[in-house]
This record gives sequence, structure tokens and C-alpha cells, in this order.
Amino acid sequence: MADTTLPLSEIHASRSNSRASLAIGAFLAILRRDLTVTGREFVPFLLQALMQPLFFLFIFGKVLPGIGLAAGNFAALMLPGIVALTGMIAAMQGVTLPLVLDLGFAREIDDRLLSPLPVWWVALEKVVFGSMRGSVAASVIFPLGYLILGSGFEVRTDRIGILIGMVILTGLVGSCVGLLMGTIIKPEHISLMFTLIFTPLLFTGCTYYPWGALFRIKWFQILVLLNPLTYCSEGLRFSMVPPLRGRDFPTLPLPWILLALCTSVIVLFLLGRSTFRKRVVT
Amino acid sequence: MATADGTSAIAVQNLVKRYPKSKTNAVDGVSFEVQRGEIFGLLGPNGAGKTTTIGVLTTAIVPTEGSASIMDADVARDPIAIKQRIAVVPQQSNLDRSLKVREILTFHAAYHGVPRKTREALADQLLNELGLGERKNEKVNRYSGGMAQRLMIARALMHAPDVLFLDEPTNNLDPQSRLFLWERIRSLNSNGLTILLTTHDMDEADRLCARIAIMDQGKILVDDTPAQLKKMIPGGTSLEVRAFAPPSENGAAAARVTTALETTPGVSKVEAMTDEKDAEPGSLTYRVYSESTNGLIGPAAQAVFAAGAQVRDLSVKQPSLEEVFIFLTGRHLR
Repeated sequence: MADTTLPLSEIHASRSNSRASLAIGAFLAILRRDLTVTGREFVPFLLQALMQPLFFLFIFGKVLPGIGLAAGNFAALMLPGIVALTGMIAAMQGVTLPLVLDLGFAREIDDRLLSPLPVWWVALEKVVFGSMRGSVAASVIFPLGYLILGSGFEVRTDRIGILIGMVILTGLVGSCVGLLMGTIIKPEHISLMFTLIFTPLLFTGCTYYPWGALFRIKWFQILVLLNPLTYCSEGLRFSMVPPLRGRDFPTLPLPWILLALCTSVIVLFLLGRSTFRKRVVT
Repeated sequence: MATADGTSAIAVQNLVKRYPKSKTNAVDGVSFEVQRGEIFGLLGPNGAGKTTTIGVLTTAIVPTEGSASIMDADVARDPIAIKQRIAVVPQQSNLDRSLKVREILTFHAAYHGVPRKTREALADQLLNELGLGERKNEKVNRYSGGMAQRLMIARALMHAPDVLFLDEPTNNLDPQSRLFLWERIRSLNSNGLTILLTTHDMDEADRLCARIAIMDQGKILVDDTPAQLKKMIPGGTSLEVRAFAPPSENGAAAARVTTALETTPGVSKVEAMTDEKDAEPGSLTYRVYSESTNGLIGPAAQAVFAAGAQVRDLSVKQPSLEEVFIFLTGRHLR
């Protein structure tokens, strides 16, 4: 049998690098790993992310207005909600599912945890990757909406910068929620937790109705403020819904939206980071 | 904690690990040192604390007390330096099933900052050497246990670690894969790699390790070369005596047999075995240690008979690590 002779000097050259550059290198390599895997499964990923919004757009944007059960501008109000929902779910799924399986039994993540970077950076990478995934899925809603809604597709273009920022923030919030869920849920509870967490999250997130219209049901209007998805939907509504008769569509004020989203990202990430650490270091 | 001459690869001092909600220490005051270039074995039954010890050394477990260092870097204080210097091959496969076999190696090296050209070439080299070259573009789902094990070893080598941890490396492998792996481990070691392995296979420890620490219930009982360990057994050999007494008078009979064997001329120690799980009720098993088992079989059989029990089986045991473990604990390894 041939003896393994390793090119030690070439490999060990990296050891003289500073801790920071080693850790950044490892972080980027781990991110590249996730992107490689997703890139290879891009079509299944798109199908998973887009099937639900596709039917929502068709039924709520085309069928209901078509048979007179929804107002004509309903599609324009709902489209931002669908973008928010799709981005949020795609980001969450990209983080939660792999984490639950990995931490539960597969332990495929061990190789990354043994890379020369702080353990919590592995969690950070998950969040960065998840938000990229969420942002891509959310962006694909625009051409999809254009195709399905036809003349009902109305998006203002003068707030495109805010729109891009909101799409990214939506992905970030989604992946931070995903990190927390992924580190708490046990594999045997996964389907139950998806029902118990996903369903309320989806329906209290102002995706199918604007927040302002909830003033008739005051308690509900206040309750939905606890759901970060509400701020994503409202922020996207702010940046997408065209003005009607010269007046902007009323949404939650943008500064409040940004404050709530940034706070959510920070708090959820810190919580998720600590639960992640507890799962991987005993 | 480096030794004065700086040659220790691993130094562990008074290591204690108590898991939350546990009443006992999983690792209970363990100290040992592994020299650079050595193959060191942690030998013990399941639950002895071997895997926890490895967990601490590989930064996955935070010690409750004590300290550990690898290549002069402290495990708790400088985990990044530790992770550069070590590689771990776990008991169960944790190979990345989303990647192709070759990518598992190249990505691992990338995580460790190995330049692209080097890692690509090294991956091909290792896959060929380990007999996996033909199937490098598959995913690991279709790999057998032995192939997965080899691939995990190849992965471990991709960043040229100083210390390799092998946790029960040949557990669940077929005999052929096991021999292949033993040869690999020796060959890696002869190239200067320090190896710490855990096992509950006496044969494996005996064949591979320069030094062995026998662990039981969180403690290291002894730590020496296999040859020295075997010398611990008085006289070197022992006789296993299986006897039977009706279950009704089993307790009294057991004591009588022990006394009778102990007073047999030439016997230096008698150990009643306590862990014969599948034994039928009434059966009794003893280890009888002596300078020589020549001429002991007859008297031992007579002693059992005189104590009112029947002889079922008598066999001479050659010195092995298994015998050392039984000598130290009165229990079999498994």
C-alpha cells in the first residue's frame, strides 16, 4: 500500500494566517458549500418556494376579483404580502430543516463546527445563507406576479431602494426565526411544530390584508404587531403599492417598520445563537 | 500544559466532566499525556468516559474542572488553534450527504484554508490511495460502512493535522476492512502523526497502541505499554472455573467455592465474576490466578467439588488485555 505523503508545507502555510483571516476564510467556504448545494437543487428549491405563492396569486389575484368576491385593487395590496410571505418561508426553511436534522442525528454539521472559526459563526453563516435564499425566492415573485396578474400587476418603481432593503430584511428576519426554531425543535416534533408555528405566523402577518384596515378589529390589529412578518408585509406594501388618486397607500410608518425589523433580527439572532451554542457545545 | 522538553502532543490534567442533571462525573479526575508521534489508546467499556474525554479534547465539550492542551494550545482558551491541529473520525458517519465524495474532501480542506490547487490534488491522491478513486463523484448514500470510514479518514487528513482522534475506529467493520484500517493507522503513524484512539476491542488496542490507558467509570485505572499491562496479572496466566450449585443454596455455595479455591496451593488470587448476564441461575464463574496453571486444573476441580458444587468448565486463559481488564475490575469489557 502506498504511504500517504501529505504536502505538509503547502497545507501548513495557512497556519501562519491570523485567526481572523482563517475564520473569515472558513466562513466563506461554508457559505460556498451551502450555495453549491442549493445551486445544484435550484429547480426543486424554486418549486418548493413558489408553488404556494403561485396558487395564492392565481386564486386571490385573478379568480376572486374575477368573480366579484374581491375588489379590483386587492391584487396590488396582496402582492407585497405574498412577496413577504415567500421570502420569509424560503429563508426559514433553508435554515430550520437542515438544522433540526443535523443537530438531531445526522451531525453533518460537525465538520463545519470543527473548522477554525468561532462556533457561533456557523450559526451566522446559516442566517446569511437563509436570507440570501429568502431574497432570491421573494424576487422571483415579481416576474411570476407579472405573468399571472397581467394588468392587475401594479408596482410603484420610485421606492426601489427601499424595496430591495425590505426584501433583504425579510430574508434576515425569516432566517433568524429559522435559526431559533431549528435549534429548539426536536426531529420527532418537526411536523407538529411546523403546524403550530407556521400557520399562526402566516395568518397573523398582514400578508392578505393591510394593517390599517384592521382598525375595525382593534385587538387583532394590536396582536399582529407581535409578528415580525407584519412589518415585512407593511414595509413591502409601503415600497410597492402605487399611489391612488395622488395619495400614498396608508401603511405602518416606515421608521417604525425599520425599528421593529432591526430589533427582531438582533433579538432573534442573539437568542438563536445561544440555543445553537447549547446544542453543539456541552 | 507542555512538558519541559515540549514533546507532548496531548496533555490532560485532572479533567472532570459532569453533565447537567447527572449525579456522577462522566470523566472523574483524568490525567494523561500523549507524546508526539505516539499511538495512544483509551480502552474501556461503553460509558467509561472515553468519548467524553475525546469531546473535551476536540472542543465539543467544555470541561467542568481541570485542563487539557494539544500541541501546547489550551483546549478551552484557544479552540481555533486546536481545531487547526486536530482531526476527528467519529464513531458514526457524519459525512456531508449533500456533497459528492470528492467535494467532501475539498470543502473540508477549504474550511481549513488549504489553497485550491493543493486541496484538489490531495483529494485525488487520498481517494486513490484509499481505494475510493473510482467512485469519487457519487454521493455517500451508497457507500458501505467500511468505505464511509475510509472516506472519513481521508477527510481528516485533508488539512494535515498534528493529532488524529479515532473514536472506536473499527467498530462495526467487517474483518477485512478492519485489517485495512489497522494498516492505514500504522502507516500514518509512521509518518509522524500522533493518534489517540478509543476502543473496547482489546485486540485492536494491543496491535496498534504504543501505550494504553484503561478507563472505567470515568477514571483511568492504569496507563502503560501493552507489555507492561499484561505483566500486572500475577503469574501471567489464569484459570477460568465455571461451576454450578442449585440456586437455592447458591449464595452459600459461592462463598464456600471461593474459600476452597483460595486455599488451593499455588493460587495467588481468586476473583468471582459478577457480570455473567446470560448465565443460567445457579452458575458460578471464577478467575483463579496463579504462578503457573500447570497442575492447577485437578486441584481446582477438587476444590469446587469439595465445596459442594459441580464443575462445568475449566479453561486456561493466556495473558491479554482482556485479562488485565478483568483483573482490574472483575468484569468483562462488554
